[in-house]
Amino acid sequence: MTSVLASAKALSKEACATGERPVLRERGQREVFCGLTGIIWLHRKIQDAFFLVVGSRTCAHLIQSAAGVMIFAEPRFATAILDERDLAGLADANEELDRVVGRLLERRPDIRMLFLVGSCPSEVIKLDLSRAAERLSVQHAPNVRILNYSGSGIETTFTQGEDACLAALVPQLPERTEATPHLLVAGALADIVEDQFRRIFTELGMTDVAFLPPRKSSDLPAVGPGTRVLLAQPFLTDTTARLQERGCEILAAPFPYGVEGTMAWLRTVADLWGVPRARFEEVVAPAAARARKALEAHKFRLAGKRVFFFPDSQLEIPLARFLHEELDMMPVEVGTPYLNQKQMAFDLAKLPAETLVSEGQDVERQLDRCREAKPDLIVCGLGLANPLEAEGFTTKWSIELLFTPVQGFEQAGDLAELFTRPLLRRTRLEV
Amino acid sequence: MQLTVWTYEGPPHIGAMRIANSMDGLHYVLHAPQGDTYADLLFTMIERNDKRPPVTYTTFQARDLGGDTAELFKSSARAAYDRFRPEAMIVGASCTAELIQDDPGGLAKALALDCPVIPLDLPAYQKKENWGAAETFYQLVRAFAGTRAPAPGAERPERAAGERARCNILGPTSLGFRNRDDVTEILRLLADLKIEVNVVAPQGARPTDLARLPDADFNIVLYPEVAQNAANWLKRTFGQPFTTTVPIGVGATRAFVREVCELAGVDATAFLSRERSRLPWYSRSIDSTYLTGKRVFIFGDATHAIAAAKVANSELGFKVVGLGTYSREFARDVREAAKEYGVEALITDDYLEVEQAVRDLHPELVLGTQMERHIAKRLGVPCAVISAPIHVQDFPARYAPQMGFEGANVLFDTWVHPLMMGLEEHLLQMFRDDFEFHDGAGPSHLGGHGGARETVADAPVTVAVAAAVATDTLVLETPVHAVANDPGGWAAEAEKELAKIPFFVRGKARRNTERYAEERGIKTITIETLYDAKAHFSR
Repeated sequence: MTSVLASAKALSKEACATGERPVLRERGQREVFCGLTGIIWLHRKIQDAFFLVVGSRTCAHLIQSAAGVMIFAEPRFATAILDERDLAGLADANEELDRVVGRLLERRPDIRMLFLVGSCPSEVIKLDLSRAAERLSVQHAPNVRILNYSGSGIETTFTQGEDACLAALVPQLPERTEATPHLLVAGALADIVEDQFRRIFTELGMTDVAFLPPRKSSDLPAVGPGTRVLLAQPFLTDTTARLQERGCEILAAPFPYGVEGTMAWLRTVADLWGVPRARFEEVVAPAAARARKALEAHKFRLAGKRVFFFPDSQLEIPLARFLHEELDMMPVEVGTPYLNQKQMAFDLAKLPAETLVSEGQDVERQLDRCREAKPDLIVCGLGLANPLEAEGFTTKWSIELLFTPVQGFEQAGDLAELFTRPLLRRTRLEV
Repeated sequence: MQLTVWTYEGPPHIGAMRIANSMDGLHYVLHAPQGDTYADLLFTMIERNDKRPPVTYTTFQARDLGGDTAELFKSSARAAYDRFRPEAMIVGASCTAELIQDDPGGLAKALALDCPVIPLDLPAYQKKENWGAAETFYQLVRAFAGTRAPAPGAERPERAAGERARCNILGPTSLGFRNRDDVTEILRLLADLKIEVNVVAPQGARPTDLARLPDADFNIVLYPEVAQNAANWLKRTFGQPFTTTVPIGVGATRAFVREVCELAGVDATAFLSRERSRLPWYSRSIDSTYLTGKRVFIFGDATHAIAAAKVANSELGFKVVGLGTYSREFARDVREAAKEYGVEALITDDYLEVEQAVRDLHPELVLGTQMERHIAKRLGVPCAVISAPIHVQDFPARYAPQMGFEGANVLFDTWVHPLMMGLEEHLLQMFRDDFEFHDGAGPSHLGGHGGARETVADAPVTVAVAAAVATDTLVLETPVHAVANDPGGWAAEAEKELAKIPFFVRGKARRNTERYAEERGIKTITIETLYDAKAHFSR
């Protein structure tokens, strides 16, 4: 028996023994993107960076397909496609790479930072991109800094690509010697969201605030023992580890979704900076009130509805928290590709006990559970959405949650709307 | 190692997926790392399929590489069989799995599943999507029809007198450009001709249907990129002849009807005595005069590119100034076709090379893929899409075949619609500086163009165009208008006069004038030089 209920029951027995939240761990077919997909938003975020995937035709095809098929006529990413000669050793892959990079940089003199992005094939043939990056950095200094990370599917799932990219950036960050605390917000945010948060921090009296990744590679924030890191994204496991190695302190906080998430997220730093509670309330009150009002409009449509998350971006748990706590939805199953219990602690604790949390995937078994659970809304990837719609389910394709500004007070309503729209659409259509 | 921005074709296992997804009762077990499942969205999102493609991926990760990936493949294949109970399975590896050399074919054989399992060997670092589709289809046809092969040299039995001729339609696939509607159109055509259709494959066929392929008298090869190998083998093995005409355009459709009727022993005269497409009359209608000699650049898969060139040249009266394909397997055919139009074929899968060619040739219309649509958009040239790689827009809700007589009607509409209408074009030439009706505004019946012209003193539109050209892509080759930046090149008056020439021929005028000046050692191009060159090159 594979039902959600049965799985949850079996797990809760186990949990009673350990005292932890039970998690269903699955190892089967994983219907997820690989880390290369992160390039689609990262290349827009860091405006003078170029992402060169060293991989196969499949890699090039993936990015092109996932990017909604060529939405950007002039992308700052490309693929150096390995061919037989590179594999057979006839052509020294390193020499070939140097040639390709040379050609690329000649064509794009505006590029200041180049990421060599490892892929499944480059990992399997053990093409050492970190050495290549070092070698090429010397060659192209001081105009271009060349870094590397892996976005391969064998090592990364979807948003872990951003994690790997930011982790690669950390050693490049200048050293900050002052011990006075300053704030670093980690995780790519839409520019407009970043600006909103910056305004709030300023009003709270915090002016020394930096964001990672920066919009320009020349604006790399300095870090050191005084750095307090606030995570804006829930998938930065490696990045936080690298930052800790640089002496930074990672703040324990929930994630800035909805009113409560954003409020608690901001309050974590406000408290740390000794901002008086009254002042904090005064600063956030107008935006929080607006956001509450915006959520009210969605609550009556979403309250009581049962939602099922397929694993995708690691945003699942904080989003399920938001839908449950702020919109009264009932998460049936929350699947996540990888569960960092420590970083998720706040959000995880707010999920109802009967919600099944699953890590990893066996897509066929999960589909069985989903069909049996008959949720009102399914959050899933592009490969599953239409087939489930055709079966009569209402779905929300999860990639949109990453491609839309959803964090912070001003976006709380937009975030709720992403879940309301498919339900509303279903009631509206008479065909 | 090849630097690639966009790709025209996916890897070969995507071709195999297209075959699997086209058929019923077939399941594909693909040894592939996590992430390769992205391919599902091609079918569920781009083609808007209402079910998942019949593909099981092993989705191995780094931790599996240290362990037993072969065992993972076996358990995945076993589980897929148990769950889906397919009539047959195909098994293979994607690019990464190819490197770890687990031999999916051998492993699947060892499982002794209760269905035929066809191993696929699709070299991911040499071959591409269409090759993968063709190879997969061929292997399937061999596997299922092969058992019925007659003894070598055996004569094909004659069809009984009075029995209707039967044919197979080979090639239509999932993710094929307008394949869905082409098949409908060709089925109608064959029904009108009273020719029976035995099997359509791979689209809509089951593995057992492939075993029935030898029952037909001949094969119709609709898409050689996918079906040629299989058709060749069927001819060798069963003596089934196949068609060589792809029925795109009025002329080709009529030739196709004659070819099919010849193979079927049917008299085509009565059927062909009536005009069945509107294209010929629309094209002869005098409002179409303005189409004469329009410079058109064509790029796509070989089948569609060759057909488009023929239609553009002979049925719409355009001038083919460029013809190319990304289908290297069919390069020779495209080269031959290009000769007919006096152009050199562009055989490449490098998007940047195609872009450069479009830039250099200054076409007035681009017929290409989604990639060329982007190129054309950037260069401000009208464009219509004629070929895969596929885009969600290539699956229109309406009936829109490319093949047959209705297909020809569709071609007329889709290719002519993006162009400036005849009288509008003339008015533009006559009154250039109207503040709202200017060449930068584009055809008035199409939206999305700028409103009033930006008036910058002494900054002719060419400057803006040149600036756009210089900044908008990866390409940093010598700018097309390099001479324009050379103060010794164009006299200011001549440059102004050039700006009065409509944008769609301005590039050509500039190029010709510069060539004319260079050949004659003229240092500064004056208004006189401009008109001398015009007279010299006037067609």
